[in-house]
Amino acid sequence: MDAVTRATITLSVNGEPIAATVPVRQHLVDFLREDLGLTGSHLGCEHGVCGACTVRVDGIAVRGCLMLTVQADGRRIETIEGLSESGAIADLQAEFVARNALQCGFCTSGMLITAAALLERPRAMSRGEIREHLSGNYCRCTGYQAIVDAVASVLAGRIAAGAGDR
Amino acid sequence: MPSRACLRGGSRREPAIASARHPAFPAGSPVGEGVARPSALRLASGRGRYTDDQTLPRMVHLAFVRSPMAHARIRGIDIAAALAFPGVVRVVTGADIATVCKPMQVTLAHLPQHVSAEQWPIAIAEIAFQGEPVAAVVARSRREAEDAAELVAVDWEELPAVVDPIAALAAGSPMVHSSLGSNLAFSARFENGEVDRAFAAAAAVVEHRFDFGRVACVALESRAIIADYDPTERSLLVRQSHQSPHLMQTMFARHLGLAEHRVRVIAGDVGGAFGSKLHVYGDEIATAAIAVLLGRPVKFTADRLEAFQSDAQAREFLATGRLAADRDGRILAIDVDLVSGIGGYSIYPRSSLGDGLQAATFLGAAYDIAAFRSQLRVAYQNKVPSGALRGVGQPISCSIVEQLIDLAAGALDIDPAEMRRRNYLRQGQFPATSKGGLKMTELSLVPCLDRILELMDYRCLRQQQSELREAGIHRGIGFATFLEQTAPGAGLYGPGGLPITSQDSCIIRFEPSGTVRCEIGCSDQGQGTLTGIAQIVAATLGIPLDDVAVSAGDSAGAQGGGAWASRGLAISGEAAHAAARQLRRNLLTVAAAVLQGNLEDLDIRDRLIVDVADGRERLSLARVCEIAYYCQDLLPPEVTPELSATSHFTPRTDPYFIANGIQACHLEIDAETGWIKLLDHWIVDDCGHVINPLLVDDQLRGGIVQGLGAALFERCVYDEQGQQLTATMADYLVPMAAEMPDITIAHVLTPQPGTALGIKGVGEAGTIGATAAVWCAVNDALRPFGVRVGRQPFSPEVILTALGVIPTPPVVDPVNPNDEEGDMQ
Ligand code: FES
Ligand code: FES
Repeated sequence: MDAVTRATITLSVNGEPIAATVPVRQHLVDFLREDLGLTGSHLGCEHGVCGACTVRVDGIAVRGCLMLTVQADGRRIETIEGLSESGAIADLQAEFVARNALQCGFCTSGMLITAAALLERPRAMSRGEIREHLSGNYCRCTGYQAIVDAVASVLAGRIAAGAGDR
Repeated sequence: MPSRACLRGGSRREPAIASARHPAFPAGSPVGEGVARPSALRLASGRGRYTDDQTLPRMVHLAFVRSPMAHARIRGIDIAAALAFPGVVRVVTGADIATVCKPMQVTLAHLPQHVSAEQWPIAIAEIAFQGEPVAAVVARSRREAEDAAELVAVDWEELPAVVDPIAALAAGSPMVHSSLGSNLAFSARFENGEVDRAFAAAAAVVEHRFDFGRVACVALESRAIIADYDPTERSLLVRQSHQSPHLMQTMFARHLGLAEHRVRVIAGDVGGAFGSKLHVYGDEIATAAIAVLLGRPVKFTADRLEAFQSDAQAREFLATGRLAADRDGRILAIDVDLVSGIGGYSIYPRSSLGDGLQAATFLGAAYDIAAFRSQLRVAYQNKVPSGALRGVGQPISCSIVEQLIDLAAGALDIDPAEMRRRNYLRQGQFPATSKGGLKMTELSLVPCLDRILELMDYRCLRQQQSELREAGIHRGIGFATFLEQTAPGAGLYGPGGLPITSQDSCIIRFEPSGTVRCEIGCSDQGQGTLTGIAQIVAATLGIPLDDVAVSAGDSAGAQGGGAWASRGLAISGEAAHAAARQLRRNLLTVAAAVLQGNLEDLDIRDRLIVDVADGRERLSLARVCEIAYYCQDLLPPEVTPELSATSHFTPRTDPYFIANGIQACHLEIDAETGWIKLLDHWIVDDCGHVINPLLVDDQLRGGIVQGLGAALFERCVYDEQGQQLTATMADYLVPMAAEMPDITIAHVLTPQPGTALGIKGVGEAGTIGATAAVWCAVNDALRPFGVRVGRQPFSPEVILTALGVIPTPPVVDPVNPNDEEGDMQ
């Protein structure tokens, strides 16, 4: 069998510029985990169903198991590690902790990044809408309620803060 | 449309309650507070260290070649092409493994009638389920290993497979293991009282058939292991995503012929387990064996397909249940026939009998039933072996009995809640032993029922239900009274001769600065056990929660059984409490020597040594520790400071602790689409004293959602050849946020007698009762149509078939009998 074809790419990961030569068939989440040691993004299904691998690409929540590393060429990637260090989702993380919206924590990186998308431009949402928004992310441990509680509370906080800013 | 607003506790969002103050601890202690877990922020910041996150120097990766067939003989294996693949280090077959490793075979000393076959970590001659390993490729990367695994050529002789448990027990069935001479793994009959006479005399007899589909665990993190063998010391260090590192230490030592003190198993962060990571899997033993063969670290991480094809599945039961009641709704007898399919092997080392034994003996234990009979037959079949999954058999027994009670209540025109109340074991009857043999201390059945009726505004809901029926809206209300067997003692596995301890230890010490390190023998996959332990320790020692660090999951550390059977706080909590009391005494001994007083006159409060009498501050705790560690010369010669302690606990006064509670489910069925919408779910749970209500409530909710998933979405479907058709997460449906309701929780408190802390376990309560509550609610909603369902999951096809909207039974699982027809009496 032929040696795997490789390609050289440049991208930004959590604000750091990176140049790498990667197999063209490699998935983004494998690159992050194996080549960069960013193991906060997880693999639950490698199938696009569970959301454990969710990362941000150019600000959009994306499944790292469905995107090839070479497709990230020239893009800006943010992972849970970067989002934690920048403090961008600190309020959400604090609420997850306070309400125990995680047990094993394996779904949590993806859950936070998916929820963060909803908090970017905060608008009043029902619990049902929040549940719908989170429904691409599987959690076997919590039963989801504490996650919904945490997101609802941060959403309310951000809406209130936004109203205060105006 | 008629509608009335009922109280519907489901709309309340706030965490349920702070529990009653614990009598063993002073006011203001962290026990009973819903404190957050110290490790949660680490996990929520992507700093978890799950097994697959770890990389060791010289580490190689495994990919298994797994059987594509469910039953076949291996005529030969050609590894040449795989071995030549770039990056491949070695290709290992079952015969290679056999040079360093013993096979697995379940034997239960107390149940010698349980027959089981030998299972090699990698099959040598014959395979019994699709996905059984037949070879392993070792390569520098998982990718190369996977590519090369495709090149391993196995010369198969396909053998006839049997997948349906009833077919497996019929004469002339293909044999899963010809050496056993039968597919009957086990059978038993439990009988107590005059069953037939009770049925003959009954005012009402109801019967129902139950088809509980096999379910998968689907922990989000799949199984993973890194085994590192050092031939110079003959030592094995294993990092493993597992619930019971001590069991694994013993298992690796026994199977690989290593000295147990040179085997160490560390279970770090574990991404969910629920029973599936409690067993000993061939591929994991093989990984360690390959590390021994190679003398370097070897990693294996199962992918999702492998998880579906190898993780223990559970709860495949076909049952027929009958219940006899008198005119007043008193239950006279139950009679249940259970057939269970456990897959290709009895899972090692616990066996696959737990599901069946618990299902068959826990039936109706909450009720005062005069006569009891259950018949259990357990069949081998060419499917993935089954094993422990949250609730172990109890969701089955609970669903059967609760559904039968509802049917009898309907036949007698008694309200289902009232029917339960009339039959509960009464307060004066405890301690009680059920007709199936379950031993119960004090339960709180009536208080739980009263509380849930109030919480859900039951009368209003019933009224609303009948009004909505007029308007063509079909809602159902279902109750499930559940018991939860928690914290079993040595009676569970000891008699079988299994190396599974029910006893946990706690090792605790003061650091020189006065903070505390504590290690316990249970493990934590996110339940929060370690946080509960920290609360108990901090409260016992009179120090802030933040001053206590708790660890677990290292077989070289505090001894214990790990996480299973809702045992964590009930057992390790007792051990930690006792150890902390001893440590407190040890510290006060030093303090008393320094102060030249009596230790009885001293106490520790908020990091200070104080006089018991007036709370006057005498000395800081840190100073005592400093003296004990660095200035022993200040102490009288007869005082040797010992700022560490160890304590052990296992239940001795009772064989296990039975918790109880009740759940109620409220749902709506769309009679046109067959779609079920969950509206509300309530639970009232009695797990004794609650150390941390935040974590307890999350256990209940998570457990409930697993039970709801089994009832509504989940089923492992196999075709007639034993090919698993639902082996991806796109095909095997799991509950997601949108379909799940908010769950309202309340607690009733009945402390466990005979223990210091009065704790009963809570990890499985939600799952045990939730499925049953859905059964009852669905069939309650269908009552006006005169039909009922008996097959999980209650998919739209199942509902529409029962309603006669779609004429033929769904072709979901063609080998299992369809239970929609003929389940009416
Ligand atoms: S691992 Fe990417 S969605 Fe599951
Ligand atoms: S916390 Fe375990 S999967 Fe969500």
